[in-house]
Amino acid sequence: MVALVQTETLDLAARFPGSATADSRPGYTGWIVNKDKLIEVATTLRDEFGYDLLSSVTGVDYFPDKMEVVYEAFKTTGGPGVRFKVQVPRVDPIEVPSVTSIWPGAEFQEREIWDLYGIKFINHPDLRRILMWEGFEGHPMRKDWHEPFYEEDNKPLKSRWPDGKFVSAEEKNVYKDNLQFPQNFDPEKGLFDGEAALYGALAKYQTIDAGIKTDHVVVNMGPQHPSTHGVFRVAVVLDGETIVSLKPVMGYLHRNHEKIGERNTFLQNMPYTDRLDYFNSMSNNWGYSLAVEKLMNIKVAERAEYLRVIMAELSRVQNHLILIGMLLNDLGAFFTPALYAFEERELILDIFEAASGSRMMCNYHRFGGVSRDLPEGTLEKIKGLVEERLPPKADEFDRLLSENEVLLSRTRGVKVINGEDAVRYSITGPVLRAAGVPYDIRRAQPYGIYDRFEFDVALRHHGDLYDNYLIRLDEIRQSLRILQQAVKQIPEGPINSQKPQYQVRVPAGEAYGRIEAPKGELGYYIISTGKPNPWRYHVRAPSFINVTALEKMCVGAKIADFVAIFGAIDVVLGELDR
Amino acid sequence: MYGKGIIKGLGVTLKRFVNTYLDDIAWWGHRYYNPEGIAHRSSKDARGVFTVQYPEEKLPVPEEFRYVPFLVYDEGADGKKEVRCTSCGICAKVCPPQCIWIVRSNDSQTGRPIPEPTEFYIDADICMNCGFCVEYCPFDAIVMDHDYEIASYQRNVFNMEKLLKPASYYKSIRPLNYAINESERNAKEAARAAKAAAATS
Repeated sequence: MVALVQTETLDLAARFPGSATADSRPGYTGWIVNKDKLIEVATTLRDEFGYDLLSSVTGVDYFPDKMEVVYEAFKTTGGPGVRFKVQVPRVDPIEVPSVTSIWPGAEFQEREIWDLYGIKFINHPDLRRILMWEGFEGHPMRKDWHEPFYEEDNKPLKSRWPDGKFVSAEEKNVYKDNLQFPQNFDPEKGLFDGEAALYGALAKYQTIDAGIKTDHVVVNMGPQHPSTHGVFRVAVVLDGETIVSLKPVMGYLHRNHEKIGERNTFLQNMPYTDRLDYFNSMSNNWGYSLAVEKLMNIKVAERAEYLRVIMAELSRVQNHLILIGMLLNDLGAFFTPALYAFEERELILDIFEAASGSRMMCNYHRFGGVSRDLPEGTLEKIKGLVEERLPPKADEFDRLLSENEVLLSRTRGVKVINGEDAVRYSITGPVLRAAGVPYDIRRAQPYGIYDRFEFDVALRHHGDLYDNYLIRLDEIRQSLRILQQAVKQIPEGPINSQKPQYQVRVPAGEAYGRIEAPKGELGYYIISTGKPNPWRYHVRAPSFINVTALEKMCVGAKIADFVAIFGAIDVVLGELDR
Repeated sequence: MYGKGIIKGLGVTLKRFVNTYLDDIAWWGHRYYNPEGIAHRSSKDARGVFTVQYPEEKLPVPEEFRYVPFLVYDEGADGKKEVRCTSCGICAKVCPPQCIWIVRSNDSQTGRPIPEPTEFYIDADICMNCGFCVEYCPFDAIVMDHDYEIASYQRNVFNMEKLLKPASYYKSIRPLNYAINESERNAKEAARAAKAAAATS
């Protein structure tokens, strides 16, 4: 751990005269750092000021003149973070030094920026495309890049009203013409340089074992593999059963959520956030509404604050239940724990359905409140669940699994990651807390009304698989504690502080809203130019960033443990690939 | 003792196994294929098997449940369909996946827009059931449906004919929402009448 210097006022401009200036654009905060000084500033921020957790790195295209890379760093001891930016002219090649040597957690995020914005990171260990396929031409998040189905830059589309004669997308974009690929690419052969680059990246490890001489075998797990919970692929080099080297390959479910988000109006993005981590749409909504509410500078109605907490915590309970069930599935305990978990989840989803109208795609939040009040009898139902039903069920899971010798021998001592590495790799959420770092945004920088509730930040110290399992049970219990207080305290009153508006007015500026989602820190970085559509809409997805350390976690482990480790990180591909 | 944990865990499964039969016996004859039994199986007191034998039995959907929207018409005198929609286009503008298409025509004589939409399409394959169109419709003219069994061999592009459903259907699936809408409409109507009366007197 680094020594922390408590500084109330962080003045980078005074510390680095001439190479760091305060961002003075209206509505913007943070520091603009000179590209050449970036590494120095970042090192100082981490080592002197204690910003040890690089939460988010993202690009912004200020078409037509410049590109910007935005960094958000936080302290694992809590408190507000620091935002700093590097600006570069928008002329290829666009180059920015990589911060992976300071925060390795930036690796995948920088790859993503290279992929989507075409900003090259100097000294990046493995700068390849990550979400788009390797043969892809162009950088889709750039404002001047248009997809084959392109109609207009911003919604609402003019073709829909008042002269909205229906034309299906297939008619406009005929099959075989609705694709773009480079000229020298032959889809019949289906071979491109990407695979060679991937296997090249795998080759950097050497075997250290001096035992029996064995050949290295490259194994591709996925994209269709039951252990990957979706379409996710890892290329693994094996020495016997031991993992020598590993690279995840992702993007099979990529739909460029962020580009869609920049075309949508602010409100239209709300249901799209549901589809990120589709188990926890209630939490996803919250992160987004938090960011936009920051920009709009509005208060949330009191009752709505409680409803948000209730829904988010119920969501956390069911997420962790599924995680435990599915982790056990991965370990070979086929479906008994999983289906026990699904029973309780069913009851929670019934509540979501009654309150929001949908079981999974809740679309519940509105700016300033929530969309609907609880129907009659639902609060009693929630009370019954959180006071009578779920606490004994958590204990039942404990009895069913926690002492099971098979589970113990599969999980205890199988390291996932230690605390120090977890912070370096920007891991957040239960995986970080299972490694002994008590970092929970609900406590570190409380949002909503979490400062009113009494609960403990669940913490385990070994960072092995068993602790990763136990911490989920702990968190379920803590969530139930919050819920029990919330259902008692919830006041009557309006559920939205704003008038319902289909096109909200969002002042120009930037905001980063982050919440403690069940899988980790879920952040939304939004830039508004005062127009109905956001200029930039970025999702800091916990699933995606937690996977950055997958290689670190798995090298040296057995291939069978990879399945369990990957299960314990708790990823959802809808969020990972966005 | 090695294996104690496994036995303890098996105890849980055994208890649940026994509970299944106990619950079946306690609810003998009305646990399945029966609204009361389904309600019990989705309550906090449920023990045993949760399974709902779809499609023989179906979970009741809550009032707020939302699926592809439909257009409401009031039944006027001599069975005339009075479409509530005024083709103002708010639903088409707020729709996140832009699946609503509306053709508004102008009166050939006055040149002013006709309130009733000439054509109205919802591409149900693209609709994400978010419910924004309903939430922001100023005339309560569009309502989320409860009918979720719309699988078909063709693309589900719904036109006016398919979309229009009577207000009585709306009342039957969403009684509370309907009552709220009606009282708001009546209040508006009364206010307008009062204003008109004040103007004439």
